[in-house]
Amino acid sequence: MNKHDTQLDLWEVFIQSRAGLPYMHAGSIHASDAEMAMQNARDTYTRRGEGTSIWLVPSNCIKASDPSDNDMMFDPSNDKIYRHPTFYVMPEGATHI
Amino acid sequence: MTKKEALYNYCLRIGDDALILGHRLSDWCSNGPILEEDLALTNLALDMIGRAQALLTYAAEIKGGNVTADALAYRRSEREYYNHLLVEQANGDFAHTITRQLFLSIFELYFFETLQQSKDNTLAAIAAKTLKEVKYHVRHAADWAIRLGDGTTESKKRMQQAVNDLWMYTGELFETDEAEGLLLHEGLAVDLATIKASWQKHIKEVLSEATLHIPTDGYMQTGGLKGVHSEQLGHILSEMQYLQRAYPDAKW
Repeated sequence: MNKHDTQLDLWEVFIQSRAGLPYMHAGSIHASDAEMAMQNARDTYTRRGEGTSIWLVPSNCIKASDPSDNDMMFDPSNDKIYRHPTFYVMPEGATHI
Repeated sequence: MTKKEALYNYCLRIGDDALILGHRLSDWCSNGPILEEDLALTNLALDMIGRAQALLTYAAEIKGGNVTADALAYRRSEREYYNHLLVEQANGDFAHTITRQLFLSIFELYFFETLQQSKDNTLAAIAAKTLKEVKYHVRHAADWAIRLGDGTTESKKRMQQAVNDLWMYTGELFETDEAEGLLLHEGLAVDLATIKASWQKHIKEVLSEATLHIPTDGYMQTGGLKGVHSEQLGHILSEMQYLQRAYPDAKW
C-alpha cells in the first residue's frame, strides 16, 4: 500500500451471474484481507441479484498489457476477418457464442 | 389476554427490534469508515427495515380494522413500542455499532432458527427468510469484532469499552411475559430459555477469539417488553415520525 493512501488494499471483483456463465469483471473494492474482501464485494456488487458466485483477485496480482504496445499487440488482427466465424450459419439454439 | 392479542404483541415485539435498529443503522449512511462498510451497514439497515415491514404488516392484519403497517411504524407513541433496549442504544463509535449488532444478531440467529418451526405459517415463513439475512449479519459483526478486538491497542480498547457498556442490555433478550407464555403453549413462539445457552456459548467464542474480556452479569436493564424505554427512543421517534406527524397521510 502506498503510504499516502489511507484506503486498504485493492481487490478486483468478478461476478458469475449464474452457473455455467463466465465470471465478469464487476469493479474493485478495498479490503485488508480475503475475508473482508469477500464481504465487501458481496455488499457492493451483489445487492440486486447480480450473481451467484464471486471471484476475488488482489489487483497487484494482475499483469496488464502496456497501452504503448497496442499497435503491436492488437492492430494486426483487425484486417483478418477470416478469424471471425461470420461465414457460418449459427446452429439454432446455440447460445453464449 | 386472548391469543390474538398475544400474537399481535409478539409481532410488534420482533418487528420493533427490526424497525428501530434499521433506523439506527441508516444513520451510518454516508458516515461509514470506508465506502464499502458504509454500504455494508446500510445493507443491514435495509434488511432490518424489510423485516419490520413484513412483521408490522402481519401485526396490522391481526389487529384488523383500519390499522396499517405504516400507521404502526409512524403513529405509535414511545410507550407503545416493544423493542429491546439494546437496539435503541446510540450508534456511538464503530465499535459500539458492531457490538450492538453482534449481541443482537447472534440472538436472532437462534431465535429465527427456532421460529421457523412455529405453527403460525406467516411467522415461520418470515423466520425462514430472515434467517438467511441474519447469518450474514452474524458473520459481518463477528468478523469485525475479532478484527477490532484482536487489533491495535486503540481498537481493542474501544471494543472492550463497547462490550462493557452494552452488556447490561443483553439480559433483556431472554425475558418473557404472559403473552409469550400463552403463545409458547400453542407452539407459536420461541422458548427463549432453550436458546440462551447457545447465545452465551456463541458470544463467548467470538469474544474469546477477539481476545476480549467477557463481562460478568451484573445489573441488567429491563423495560422493553412493557414499553418502558431509555431516553434514546424518544429521540429516534421524533426524527422517524416527524413527517407523518407534521403532515399526516403525506404522499410522494
